[in-house]
Amino acid sequence: MQQKPILLTILDILSIIGLGVATYFALVFAPTEAVMGNVQRVFYFHVGTAWVGLVGFVLAAAAGIVYLMTKDMRWDRFEAAAVEVSAMFFFITIVLGSIWARPAWNTWWTWDPRLTTAAVTELIYIAYFMLRAGIEDPEKRARFGAVYTLLGGLSAPITFMVIRLFRTIHPVVIGNASAEAQGGFDMSGDMVAAMLVSLAAFTILFIGLMWHRIRMGGLEEKVEQLKLKVSM
Amino acid sequence: MTSSPSFFKAVFAIARKDLATEFRSRELISAMLVFSMLVILIFNFALELNPDARRTVTAGVLWTTFAFAGTLGLNRSMAVEKDRGCMDGLLLAPVDRSAIFFGKAISNLVFMLLVEMIVIPMYAMLYNETRIFQLEFFGVLLLGSIGYIAVGTLLSAMSVQTRTRDVLLPILLFPVAVPVLLASVKASGGIVAGLPFEDYVTPLNLLIVYDVIFLAGSYMSFDFVVEE
Amino acid sequence: MIEVKKLVKRFGLKTILKGLDFSVQPGEFVALLGPNGAGKTTFLRILASLSRPSLGSVKVAGYPLPNESAKVRARLGVVSHLPLLYPDLTAEENLEFYARMYGISNYHVRITEVLKMVGLEPRRRDLVRTFSRGMQQRLSIGRAIIHDPEVALFDEPYTGLDQDASEMLDDVLRSVAAKGRTVVMTSHDLARAEDLATRFDVLSRGVIVASGTKDDFKNSNLLDFYRKALET
Repeated sequence: MQQKPILLTILDILSIIGLGVATYFALVFAPTEAVMGNVQRVFYFHVGTAWVGLVGFVLAAAAGIVYLMTKDMRWDRFEAAAVEVSAMFFFITIVLGSIWARPAWNTWWTWDPRLTTAAVTELIYIAYFMLRAGIEDPEKRARFGAVYTLLGGLSAPITFMVIRLFRTIHPVVIGNASAEAQGGFDMSGDMVAAMLVSLAAFTILFIGLMWHRIRMGGLEEKVEQLKLKVSM
Repeated sequence: MTSSPSFFKAVFAIARKDLATEFRSRELISAMLVFSMLVILIFNFALELNPDARRTVTAGVLWTTFAFAGTLGLNRSMAVEKDRGCMDGLLLAPVDRSAIFFGKAISNLVFMLLVEMIVIPMYAMLYNETRIFQLEFFGVLLLGSIGYIAVGTLLSAMSVQTRTRDVLLPILLFPVAVPVLLASVKASGGIVAGLPFEDYVTPLNLLIVYDVIFLAGSYMSFDFVVEE
Repeated sequence: MIEVKKLVKRFGLKTILKGLDFSVQPGEFVALLGPNGAGKTTFLRILASLSRPSLGSVKVAGYPLPNESAKVRARLGVVSHLPLLYPDLTAEENLEFYARMYGISNYHVRITEVLKMVGLEPRRRDLVRTFSRGMQQRLSIGRAIIHDPEVALFDEPYTGLDQDASEMLDDVLRSVAAKGRTVVMTSHDLARAEDLATRFDVLSRGVIVASGTKDDFKNSNLLDFYRKALET
């Protein structure tokens, strides 16, 4: 049995501390936003989870390409881990966004480019898992998975651009806000600090979870190997 | 006596074989057509397609119909190859694997366009909607169908090799084809509404971008989908 | 004609072929025997360039696989237990299609020749859909040799055939071999194999466990040879 690496344990502890600190910054340290009040605080976690969700998506597509070039199963495990972890974070992002949207836009959901792209991306993730579930041969599963993440990675940005043609009300946090956006706000220095802390905390958490998931994939394979040995 | 055929000859041979088969059995196109008619019939009652509503939803109704009917055709066309082992027959030929992709894509595209060419006049007749008879509208139809079929042909080659098969194709295809469908709806909707070219040039550009990216992407990854 | 060294094929964690060595001289007719699940079909698919070897080297008709697979494919004819024919095309149209895929110029003469050889010339304009299993299988052999390949691979060609159809297939297979082609055939039917082949190899547990010619068991029979091979 292979020992859990010390660095991973350190990451686990760092993740917990990071989340604690981020929570403190979001709930206590950051000033209350003038117009929306306390509900705006959900924004810090919303941005944090959205960030790692996006990173995971890009990493999965990249890992897919590397897998197709090298045919090394480790990249398949990396890709599957990235999709799984980022699917979870994307889901949290959507839920947090809804909680915020209810008071800010007076609706749980709106067909805004970011929201719709997030929803479509989540559907791509689900399709990815259904595809993998339907294939027995691990090597074929890896190949098909890689091709599909690649297609998903190519289509998501175009989806975003297309839906932008239908109008948007989502606030643009970075860059200049569109006139139509509702619920936008200017961030004070403390708010920026809280956001950065949250981004850092979720990045650490993401790395930790990825590592765990990849390691689990390796262990799963080992279990299969041992099972096969026993049965023979 | 034997030599590898040229790339285009192989592509043409595959497309021609599919068209000859379909010309004889008419299985695929008749299924797509009947299905399209049913979808339009259901839309009529579900959306209360009165003259006012039609102005805005015509493009959406047509593209939804084509997308659904398209998966039927894509599934069937690849299942024919898979079920009798004919895919192995294609793979055994001394041609580049991408020739198989383009051959299948061309015949799929022809089937889809044929269905569109029959459904559109019928829609126009049923709803007295003559604004769809515009050259620009047919241009968008062609561009949208190319993008949809390119990624659909690749994904159908994948889905026939899985346990869930037919069920899986729409699930895989629709989220990835969202841009091509939405851009087509937006562009063709603008044309039906009689908007000036500037108003729908952006979705048209995105449609072309999608077509180029996905034709290239599907062509390059087809090898990985059929090899073992 | 065929040169296989230390061939390993894995599907995921399962190893089907375990360092198999195999070679065939030009003009030999090798019957590949073995129990179900021994890896005969997997092995034939690798020789046919349909499946990639995990390890080891494979050379067919002088070209290495999978690097020169297009050159190998041009010199190879394959018959499997599926006919690989299109039911909605006529016998002639099926052969025409494959002739085009192999880049055969002036194929009309060749098609008539092949149809005569497999005894289907009178039915050339009939849909394959209307053919019996045996006729489909004969046409399938015609399809496989349309480009006059140097090497022919037959995977269980007798599957699903009745006595008469099998006898007709015997004649066709003999005429394929008579042209000095190299043939490898897998079969369950020992009597048929004994009749046709010049050499007998037994594949079991992922390796060739025995190889012999008719002279090697002059005094006994193929069945004894086969049983003995499986025991060791």
